[in-house]
Parts: sequence; C-alpha cells; structure tokens
Amino acid sequence: MAHFLFFLLAIICIASVLGMIISKDQAYTALFLIVAFVCMGGLFGLLEAPFIAAVQIIIYAGAIMILFIFVVMMINLRKGVGPEKKKWTMYFAVVIAAVLVVELVLTLKGTLEPISSAALESLGSPTDLGRLLFTKYLYPFEITSILIIAALVGAIVLVKKRDKE
Amino acid sequence: MSEWIIILIKIICALVWFLVIALYLTWVERKESAVIQDRIGANRANIWKFRAIGLFQPFADAIKMIFKEDFTPKFSRKFLHNLAPFISFFFVAVTISAIPFGDVLRIGGREIKLQVVDFNVSLLFVMAMLSLGIFGIILAGWSSNNRYTLLGGMRGAAQLISYEVALGLSLIGLILVYPSLKLSAIVHYQGEMLWGWLPKWGVFLQPLGLLIFFFAALAETKRVPFDLPEGENEIVGFFTEYSGLKWGLFMFTDFMEVLIVACLLTTLFFGGWQVPWLYADGFHFPWGGEWLLPHGIVVAFQVLAFNLKVFFFCWLQILIRWTYPRFRYDQVMDLGWKLLVPLSLVNIAGTAILLSLIG
Repeated sequence: MAHFLFFLLAIICIASVLGMIISKDQAYTALFLIVAFVCMGGLFGLLEAPFIAAVQIIIYAGAIMILFIFVVMMINLRKGVGPEKKKWTMYFAVVIAAVLVVELVLTLKGTLEPISSAALESLGSPTDLGRLLFTKYLYPFEITSILIIAALVGAIVLVKKRDKE
Repeated sequence: MSEWIIILIKIICALVWFLVIALYLTWVERKESAVIQDRIGANRANIWKFRAIGLFQPFADAIKMIFKEDFTPKFSRKFLHNLAPFISFFFVAVTISAIPFGDVLRIGGREIKLQVVDFNVSLLFVMAMLSLGIFGIILAGWSSNNRYTLLGGMRGAAQLISYEVALGLSLIGLILVYPSLKLSAIVHYQGEMLWGWLPKWGVFLQPLGLLIFFFAALAETKRVPFDLPEGENEIVGFFTEYSGLKWGLFMFTDFMEVLIVACLLTTLFFGGWQVPWLYADGFHFPWGGEWLLPHGIVVAFQVLAFNLKVFFFCWLQILIRWTYPRFRYDQVMDLGWKLLVPLSLVNIAGTAILLSLIG
C-alpha cells in the first residue's frame, strides 16, 4: 500500500511539474505547481512526518499559491509572453542544467542509505521539531524570521504611495 | 482484513451522517428563517398527502436539482469550470474523517475508536483541507470568464486567507493549554476537572480564543454577515455561471461548512463527546453521588452529547445568518486584520504568561 501510494504520488508530482514547465498559460502553470505541492505534502506524510506534511500544504498550497493565483487572475493574461529564443541562451542553459544535476547527485549520495526508524520519529513530531528550532537552531531560526520581516516591511515601503513633496 | 472492513464501515457511517445532517440543515434554515420572518416555511412537499412539517422538502430539492439542465457556458474554461464545484465539495467532505464522535467502543474484545482516522496532527489536517477548499471558489470565479464571478472569486480568496490567519492564531492558545495537535487527545484533556468540579473545557480555559475562533470560522463559511464572495444584490456571486447539480454542490458545501464549524467548535471548545462528570464507568458527581452505567450506555451518552452540541451550534449559526445584515468589504477586512489578529496575539501572549506562572 505504502509503495503504491509513493509511486502514485511521485508520478503525479513529476507529471505536474513537467506540466508546469511546458504550459504557457500562467494560471495553469500555477495550478500545476499547486498539485505538485499537494503531492509533496502526501510524500512527507508517507515518510512519517505528518507535521511537515500539514505545514507544506497549509503554507505552500494554501497560502502562498493562493496569492500567486490571485495576482495571475487579476492581471488576466490569456497567453504568456513567449520566451526570447537565442542560440547562446540554449547552450548556457545546458551547462547550468549539467552543473545542477551534478550537484543534485552529490547531495543525494549521502542520503540514499536507509535511515533508522528512531531518526524518522524525531523528524516527524511537532514537539521535537519545536525543541530543535528553539535550542540547536535558535540563531538560524531567529535570523530567518528577521529577514522575512525585513522583506515584508520593505515590500510595504516600496508599494506605499509617496506624499507629494 | 477485518480492520479494513471496520474502516470502510466507519467511513460510510461518518459520510452518511455528514451528508444527511447537512441536507436537513437546509430544512432547518428554511424553517428557522420562516419563524424569524413570521412565515410558515416549506411545508408542501408530501408523500401521499403526508406532509410531516415539510421534512421531505430537502429530497424534493435534491431531485429538482438533479433534473435541471446542467449548462456550461461556451466562453468558460470547460475543464476547470467542471472541476471547481467538486474541489469545493471534496475538501470539506474529507475533514469529517478527523472528527472524534465518541471514545472507544468495545465489541467482542475489539476496541474501535469512534473516529475514522486518528491522525497524529488531525487539527492541522482539518486546517489544511479547509485551506485547499478555497481553490474551488477561486477556480469557479475565474474559469467562468465573467467579470462578476471573477470579482466574487477575488473577494472570496481575499476574505478567506485573511480570516485563516486569525483562525490559525486563535488555536495556538488552545494548543498551549492542551499540549497536543490530535483532536482525540484534545478531547481527552477536556475530560479533566478544574478544582474538582469544573470540566476543563476550552470555553472556560480559552474564552477569548473561542470568540476569535467563532468569528473567524463564521467568516470562513462565507454566509451572510460575511457573504462578500456571493453578495447577491451587488455581484450575484462566484457561482453565477453554474446551474443544476453543480450550483447545488456549491450551496450544499456551504451547509457542510456550517456543520464542520459546529463540529470543530464542539471538539475544541466544548469538550467534544465529553459529558460533565461522566467517566468510563458512569457518572461520578462532585457532591459525592455515583451512578454506574454499562459500557454501551456510556458510549451512547457520549455520541448523543456530541450530536446535541453540534446541533446547538448549527442552530446558532443559522440564527446569526438570519439576524445580521452583510458587512461592507472594508469592514470585513478591518475586523479581520485590525481586531481579530491583534486580539489573538494578545491571547497567545496572555496564555503563555499565565501557563509559565502556574507551572
């Protein structure tokens, strides 16, 4: 059952990411991305990390993507502007893609061994996650939140109408 | 094998309960509004002249809706237009799987939880599914390719994500008090007593949290005081281009949301299936009396208590829906962002300080 679900979710996830890249209508692109996020949530659930699964769906699929779709539909472009096609961009893209693949393989190499179930359990439970965030990873956590707040304030300042001087 | 059968039976029972009660909420709504407006309300539907105060009306409505023409406008995006009502319906319908109807039922040496699936983070699961349900509204408004439906969809998205913030923050105080994200565990914690006689229900421990949650949840059902996405006298609503059964699904989803909000209010703030002073072996009153009951009766009491509380909150929501006029758009946004969100932050800080002072 778990294997079946894993392959089902993985296939849907990859297919929708492909659809996202291929599709030219921005609204459909965003919708494909949502399907991919929901499948990712399901995969986290299969990995005994229900908290991360729920948060993945609530924050990415539920909140961020709604704002994306909001903007896409508000602007309401029927067909996207086609990408500029030049020869050198294609070669450049191939080089970058190759570098990314090498990087991906290098990162994956360390994680392909089976993890003990004890390690999995500490990954999933919200209590342990919270404890880790506020003890071992306190500084990265606080710095990230300050960065996010700075970005929020910056966005508001940029958008706000200036008074006539 | 028998576990699969039990799960299947539980799914069917929960879904049938959910759909039948939601179907009869339409009847309750008609009758209650009629009483408020000094009318009689739906009473003509009959089987061989047998009217039964209009109790057959929901079925007559359903049959009418099924046989109406299902029209898809030519200018719409067909696939998404057809998909949207089902998205709306599906994500509300799955939330019932996380609601505990009662404690454990023991039959023939087997313990059955009266809850379809006891997730580890069932509270977050419900929130996640409700937040995905918003896509039904947005897609319906956008794929109809009509300016008014688009406005309705936009308003719906803006309103629902604004109130989701307050909804989520109001629950953090509750999680601080009952240290769990499992709905079944939250209900179990509420069975304990404060000072030996007051049940530890959320309403006594988190009164401010209850108020914020109730307002935010009312806004999430997008019914009258908060029916901006529909706004039938200004923009007709995000489902203008729907007809027949698909329109019916949108309307029915509203009633299912009313029911799921009542279930959540009951489970989180009013002790779920807990009856005050009822333990696994019967009543133990704080003044010293005892009334021992067999296991089956105790479970029946629990399920009955859950149902009664849920019906009360359904009635309350319908009362509110027929009493108050619609808010203006800026009022809705002010209420959400300038009142409910700061209040819920105050609630979290207050709860945390109190808890650290106590122990």
